[in-house]
Amino acid sequence: MIMIEVKKVMDKLKFSLFSPDMIRKMSAAKITVPDTYDDDGYPIDGGLVDTKLGVVDPGLRCKTCGGRVKECPGHFGHIDLVRPIMHVEFAKHIYYVLKSTCPSCYKLLSRKPVPVKEIEAIEKIEEKPAVPAPGKEIIGSVVPVLESTAAAAEVEIKAKKPKKEKSVRKCNHCGVELPEIKLLKPTTIYKDKDMMLPTDIRDWLASINDNDLRELGFDPVYSRPEWMVITALPVPPVNVRPSITLETGERSEDDLTHKLVDIIRINQKLDANINAGAPQLIIEDLWELLQYHVTTYFDNETANIPPARHRSGRPLKTLAQRLKGKEGRFRYNLSGKRVNFSARTVISPDPRISLDQVGVPISIAEELTVPVHVTDWNIEFCKKLILSDSYPQAVYIIRPDAKRIKVGDTPEMKKEQVEALKVGSILERQIMDGDISLFNRQPSLHRVSMMAHEVKVLPGKTFRLNPVTVSPYNADFDGDEMNLHIMQTEEAQAEARYLMKVDKQLLSPRHGHAIIKPQEDHVSGLYFMTHDDAVFTKEEAASMLYLIGITELPASDVAGGKYSGKLLFSQLLPPTANLRTISKLGQEIVIKNGKLLKGAVESKVMEGELLENMFVTEGSEFTKNFIDRATRIALEALSMHGLSVSLKDYTISENGMGKAREITNKMSREVDNLVMQYRSRSLERAPGMSLKETLEGLIVEITTKTREDVGKVVEHDLGIENPSIIMAKIGARGSLLNAIQMSALVAQQTVRSKRLARGYKGRILPYFKAGALTALERGFVYSSFHKGLAPYEFLYHAMGGREALVNTAIRTARSGYMQRRLINALQDLVVFDDMTVRNADMSIIQFVYGGDAKDPMFASKAALLDVTKQDDIDTA
Amino acid sequence: MMTTVKKQNVMIPPYEAVGVICAQSIGEPGTQMTMRTFHYAGVAEHVPTGLPRLIEIVDAKKEPKKAIIDVHLKSAYAKSPTEAEKVAKELASIFVRDVARVEDDLETLTIEATFSEKDGKGQSVTFNMLKKALEPFCSEMKVSENKITLYPAKEKPKETKAGEKKEKKITAKYVRRLTQKIREAIVKGVRGISRAVVVKDEDGYFVRAGGFNIVGACLNPAVDVKRIYTNNIKEIERVYGIEAARKAIIKETRDVLEMQKLAVDIRHIMLIADAMTYSGTVKSIGRHGLSGEKVGVLGRAAFEETIKHLINASAFAEEEKLIGVTENIIVGQTVPVGTGKIRLVMKHRKKG
Repeated sequence: MIMIEVKKVMDKLKFSLFSPDMIRKMSAAKITVPDTYDDDGYPIDGGLVDTKLGVVDPGLRCKTCGGRVKECPGHFGHIDLVRPIMHVEFAKHIYYVLKSTCPSCYKLLSRKPVPVKEIEAIEKIEEKPAVPAPGKEIIGSVVPVLESTAAAAEVEIKAKKPKKEKSVRKCNHCGVELPEIKLLKPTTIYKDKDMMLPTDIRDWLASINDNDLRELGFDPVYSRPEWMVITALPVPPVNVRPSITLETGERSEDDLTHKLVDIIRINQKLDANINAGAPQLIIEDLWELLQYHVTTYFDNETANIPPARHRSGRPLKTLAQRLKGKEGRFRYNLSGKRVNFSARTVISPDPRISLDQVGVPISIAEELTVPVHVTDWNIEFCKKLILSDSYPQAVYIIRPDAKRIKVGDTPEMKKEQVEALKVGSILERQIMDGDISLFNRQPSLHRVSMMAHEVKVLPGKTFRLNPVTVSPYNADFDGDEMNLHIMQTEEAQAEARYLMKVDKQLLSPRHGHAIIKPQEDHVSGLYFMTHDDAVFTKEEAASMLYLIGITELPASDVAGGKYSGKLLFSQLLPPTANLRTISKLGQEIVIKNGKLLKGAVESKVMEGELLENMFVTEGSEFTKNFIDRATRIALEALSMHGLSVSLKDYTISENGMGKAREITNKMSREVDNLVMQYRSRSLERAPGMSLKETLEGLIVEITTKTREDVGKVVEHDLGIENPSIIMAKIGARGSLLNAIQMSALVAQQTVRSKRLARGYKGRILPYFKAGALTALERGFVYSSFHKGLAPYEFLYHAMGGREALVNTAIRTARSGYMQRRLINALQDLVVFDDMTVRNADMSIIQFVYGGDAKDPMFASKAALLDVTKQDDIDTA
Repeated sequence: MMTTVKKQNVMIPPYEAVGVICAQSIGEPGTQMTMRTFHYAGVAEHVPTGLPRLIEIVDAKKEPKKAIIDVHLKSAYAKSPTEAEKVAKELASIFVRDVARVEDDLETLTIEATFSEKDGKGQSVTFNMLKKALEPFCSEMKVSENKITLYPAKEKPKETKAGEKKEKKITAKYVRRLTQKIREAIVKGVRGISRAVVVKDEDGYFVRAGGFNIVGACLNPAVDVKRIYTNNIKEIERVYGIEAARKAIIKETRDVLEMQKLAVDIRHIMLIADAMTYSGTVKSIGRHGLSGEKVGVLGRAAFEETIKHLINASAFAEEEKLIGVTENIIVGQTVPVGTGKIRLVMKHRKKG
């Protein structure tokens, strides 16, 4: 038998207001006691944790539904307020309704009575039926119509308008003079100069007829304005506000419960005073206090009123605070959901696994499971899993009747279960090699921050990933942690495997260039390997080719039965590979029909066309293998060749040092000269700049030039054989600047792209003369990292470094928020099968995605394919 | 080793969530951008580039922090730097304070403006031009050498409630305020355009200036109206319409990314520009623009201003149709993008 899962799909939700009647009707209990538990620790009847509202203590049963803690969903209760109270959040709505209606006949006001003739005129023009149906044409133009949320802001502006013309207005229905209605935030409404009592407000609102309410945007069935003045306050079920028991055995109630206690207490007091016939003043005071408590019950951060506080002085977290913001219900619990079948640990590199694999520690593999449907074809395998008493094991059996059984511990139990195993059951087994998983590193800034990897169970305690995949995740191995997820349905697994696998993501959807590519040491290795004089013996060649799965040696191409690195590299290439480019070293590189003919491979070759074209023409699988094999052979070649740096590699010769010193001395003289000109005012002012700015501009120019000149000296002195220079030149790692700063001079430090100028008045340190402008005194570091920095130079460097640090901190925060907004604004945009881009309500954003319906990932590679785009659109 | 050769399709797969990819493609490089400001020599300093500028574009600000206008000239003027220089001088606004010292005399309730020959010459402003600029502020003026003594004009009487006009006296306070106003009065040039400089490109010379008054600049007969450009997107929308604004968004965004050497496919930039402009007006990305106008209550509540959206939804009995991504995540359903949009049922055949 096949289990058919009936899936309920939610079609829509309706928001509305509760009428007091509805609140009372759905209430399981009227709450009257401002207390929770009695002396014996039992919930008080009519108290705030009345068992009719549900239960939180184990052992008790709910008096409404009879359920226990986990079964009972909780039930609302209610408090009858002695006097009506304004709802803070609806104060504005109430205010607008009062402003838009007549206080005496309760009809909708027009700003100017529309003459009948004009109405007819409008009707004629618009060819509308004689009686304008809920006519926005007429009334909408004269009364602030509260229509939708978006219009709310506009309404505020509209509503302000009549205030300016101070002439006395009259009701266009009954001719009564209209009072001026004012809202004193948060909840007080004035009618002319008198404060309106919530009772009066409620009566007024209740007298407005349904049609007029519809004009104002309400739906009288679901929301009437008088319901915004509360007479019955719903009390949320206890499981919404559970109390916690401290170690001392003391109970600590939830903030909401505290607030509700306050409300009931004041409500009772008010009731007692009214019944005792207390003076109006006292009643109004209590009424206002009740208003305060109800207000803070809804939102404890309401402007202009002090927040209600806990005994300790901590502001209470009431309803609004529960929903709001990053840690609120919406963003924390509803938009972000926690999942099962996931794992997290530190990551470390493993260049020996394929780039689409992830090394999973056994301890994690034992914990994570995947469901397997038992079929005729795998039943034997399933039985083996049940019987196994070590790693690849089945953990649960879900029988066709949906009963979940834990796999037994003893051989006897297992045997029994194996015998009972039927096709149609589902087995939950531990994950094994080849299973698909999702691997993710936060922050997930782009699509490739989460990709599908094949599981490879390995010893150890860290996730292992191939170092070529660090770039999409933006990961390094200094302690980064990553998350792993195991999909639990076949659909999800298939989607992951066919759409999210690492090898499908070699190109970035952002620009269509390779993001997963041989990097750093791979580039160095390939460079040394394909260098013109890189020659390998037969043995070397054999061992290298064996690494990439080639067991038959090609014919040797160098005299003496030797092999050139170029030949070895060519073994990796598909016959379709063609490339002709000038390398970063200025060399010509030629690849023709899958043979590297000329030049040594460097980063430009690997990241550019070669890989991208291969991906498009040969497919993802081939390219994945290419990268795997290329990196493997590159590392082998690199370890054979050897690559290291030492202090010696950053020491420049006496001669070079002398040249560098000459350049810096010349610079110092030039700067001094400029400063002198500046002081004597003989410096010529550049257009649009002050004299000081001119000077600074010129000095910056000189210092930059100095660094470049010294750079040339360093480059020449260290020589092309220097490993550091090689790495920089072929684009493996580091830059020339790094080498200069280490060996020759650190050069100018800047803050806000200007020379340093902070600290003391006119100088950076009291050690200098005030107003000093020479290079040395304004952040130029003459020393190299090798030599060591002078104390003041160290400070300069720290100043520059601090700016960089602060900037990154600010940048991440700002760009994070920008991205959140971008995602939120664009997340509903989807390309439809007619290539239009539409948003959630089906409005067309673009008629053809990107103008040509091409995937940005492949757009630039269209020429490589024989398909033309137009055909695809037409025949689609 | 044999692998299957599989060709990729260049077409965008149907139901691809292009919006999210676009947002990510523009947002992700944001973390790598520098915050340095840019310098247009003689026109404006500290012009935001990189992330701050990108945020400005996406916010659809009324006025960018530093507005720049590029005024291209008709071919007859574009060839010669001197002609262009002339146009530049005509465009850049010169204020009274730039060419004259303005002092008030509170005893006599007069204002005295002293023309500075030197400054005037530099800006090619004559004494007469200054005089003309001051005229609207006074009822009477006395001229001596390079000094002008102004007798302030009376304030325009305000109309009161009853409709009667009330004469206002000239007070010391008023004179003080008027002095300030006079200092900021324009002697010459186009309002809102400052510091014009001649720049050369492959088409010849053009004028680059601070500000964005397109209409004002177009009044100059030398200006090629078709090739005027400003980095103020809202102004472009106002003057040239929504299609031009869309192009401006694309250009500005590309320029920012290119300057930082960040590669982003044009399609992503176009999509964001289209999303911002499809409604017919430029809308910002954020709670006051696109996000604030989304259909779903839950989606809006989950973004920003949670309480406001929930309250309004209940007050006006709104319906949540659950058509957006966030809305469906909130209720725990499949999202309506990508494979989540496809409904496929496989008929299960009994074996045998």
